[in-house]
Amino acid sequence: MRAGKKRLLSGNEAVAYAAREAGFHLGTGYPGTPSTEILETFSAIGGKAQWAPNEKVALEVAIGVAYGNGRALVTMKHVGLNVAADPLFSAAYTGVSGGLVLAVADDPGMASSQNEQDTRRYAIATSVPVLEPSDSQEAYDFLFRAVELSETFGTPVILRLTTRVSHSKGIVELKPAALRPRSPCFQRDIPSRVLIPAYARQAHRRLRQRLSRIAEWNENGNLNPIWEGKSDLGIIASGVAAFHAREAVPEARLLKLGMCYPFPIRTVRDFVASVRRCVVIEEGDPVIQELCLIHGLSVEEKAEEDRFGELNVSRVRRIVNGDRSPQTPVPAGRPPQLCPGCPHRTVFESLRDLECIVAGDIGCYTLGVLPPFEAMDSCTCMGASIGVGLGLRHVLPPDQARRVVSVIGDSTFVHSGLTGIVEMMYNPPPTGHVVLILDNQTTAMTGLQDHPATGKTLNGEPTHQLSLEEVCRAIGVEDVTVFESRAGQKDEFRELLRSKLAQAKPCVLIVRRECLLAAKRRKQMSQTAHQEDATCQANE
Amino acid sequence: MPSERVTNIVVAGIGGQGVLRATDIVAEAAFLAGYDVKKTEVHGMSQRGGSVVSDVRFGSRILSPMVPEGEADFLVVLEPTQEEPNRHRLKPDGTVIGCDRIDVTSLPNPRTLNVALLGLLSRHLNIAVEAWHEAVGRCFPSHLYSVNVEAFELGRQAADMAS
Repeated sequence: MRAGKKRLLSGNEAVAYAAREAGFHLGTGYPGTPSTEILETFSAIGGKAQWAPNEKVALEVAIGVAYGNGRALVTMKHVGLNVAADPLFSAAYTGVSGGLVLAVADDPGMASSQNEQDTRRYAIATSVPVLEPSDSQEAYDFLFRAVELSETFGTPVILRLTTRVSHSKGIVELKPAALRPRSPCFQRDIPSRVLIPAYARQAHRRLRQRLSRIAEWNENGNLNPIWEGKSDLGIIASGVAAFHAREAVPEARLLKLGMCYPFPIRTVRDFVASVRRCVVIEEGDPVIQELCLIHGLSVEEKAEEDRFGELNVSRVRRIVNGDRSPQTPVPAGRPPQLCPGCPHRTVFESLRDLECIVAGDIGCYTLGVLPPFEAMDSCTCMGASIGVGLGLRHVLPPDQARRVVSVIGDSTFVHSGLTGIVEMMYNPPPTGHVVLILDNQTTAMTGLQDHPATGKTLNGEPTHQLSLEEVCRAIGVEDVTVFESRAGQKDEFRELLRSKLAQAKPCVLIVRRECLLAAKRRKQMSQTAHQEDATCQANE
Repeated sequence: MPSERVTNIVVAGIGGQGVLRATDIVAEAAFLAGYDVKKTEVHGMSQRGGSVVSDVRFGSRILSPMVPEGEADFLVVLEPTQEEPNRHRLKPDGTVIGCDRIDVTSLPNPRTLNVALLGLLSRHLNIAVEAWHEAVGRCFPSHLYSVNVEAFELGRQAADMAS
């Protein structure tokens, strides 16, 4: 076979390159570290990619593509799958006629997340197969396998990435697998696609039958290779942890599970029988370990401590050696902070000075919790600031309730804040409420992505711009104020906020100023464009 | 293929200094020189002035993308406060390449400190200078190429002056 071209790519880039070669009709998702660069790269190299308002909408759009016999890629971080879980459970029942692959990136160690949930749990819960690439090459190769699997069995497939797969670079041989081209077309299939109870009962049975056929496919596929070694010690590993393990204990025999669910029981049973002792090395929850144990396979159980954080070569050595002594703590680095001159700073100074009770949300502005502000009292999940703020308003004594403020960013508001505003108007607390939308006109936290309220698509093209103030007014909020923030307006903003807190009615205060990093990037890009224009003209 | 053993490099600094770009360049240069290579980093809050650390490893075959604890051959430090918290990454006879080795005022632009330090680092590595230059070209837009190659060469010369 002809050798492919080699390139140095991150796992995310590798998924994007494979997606282009695999002829995906659409890539959609919502930005979330460490998954964001998949769609950005897919778009940059010519794929059709778009940001959705949130992961649920993204998956629904992708399901539509796959119902229409197309190929769809959906990307999100692990917690995004909580938002998209509802359509995923149903898509597993209905199946798809095209290809549907979800690239979901977990964040063991929580470099930039609120929890360490393990996406493989969703695979089991929804009866959807999950592939786990270990590096960039496998991220590339496995995307083709995911398409093959999805289209052979008519199932959604999860590609589980982790931070060290998504954000590590390695050499990738770009050798696309041959896939049958797909021509989108509609074929009516009411009993499969319409989940009324009578049809859903049949769909559930079909789903379980499909899963056992996929399990058989997994026994015979080549996704679960054995890396040879001595039989004294066997290691079952998945994802990047397989490489940590190979490096830590090169002499051990290692079964690398590229697809742990549906569980290839015969492959694993034969492997466990071939070694004297067997240890499972996996990042996140003990998913493979539990699958082994429920099938009566004798593997060593991982210590509670090994649920937490990322694995690495040293930690694998400790696990294999049964070393449970306390680990030497790693010196803490400098924590991140709101940028000097960030418009959010004024807001958090005022929230602090007015002793507000702040229901916060997810984004750069969560850094308002750190000194010198310490002006955030909760941060739960995307969009929760509004509901949590309302709950506090309902239950707290009036002198405290009047100090409650919900703080949410523009992208997060579009993601899942709208229904919170509906709730505020439907069930207003007696003391009213204040919702602060910090509109810096970008999704700053994940690296400056556009969203519906910026009026630009993923690739920077102009599109309909959602007006935050108009949508709030349309929901019924009478008091919607837009504060165009500038430097040195601290007193002015504090007094405005004080007046909003004093009135006992629901209100939305939009604080608007472009993120400094976004402004800088916009200037750099126009500068580069000018320079390139000048170069082109000089060459003419 | 150049030597069998794995070379481990850790680059540390703070958000905005070009830590990730620096390891991108090392990785590209090693790739161009024919090595297997992996690099890794943690994104997310890195633009917010927090600590940023990135690992790059090259050799005949690289397994884990992360430099194991206490096995770094080189620790490149872009900001003085970031040396101490990352010393534990270095092996006992490992080399620190600190920003004090470069006179920032001599650089064409203070933002090229990351690339100047790679110039210093390059004197310790078996990678041809042409590969470094091409790697710089691959990692920057074309109008930033010459300023960064200049910084790289200043770093290489600084190595001569120190020895």
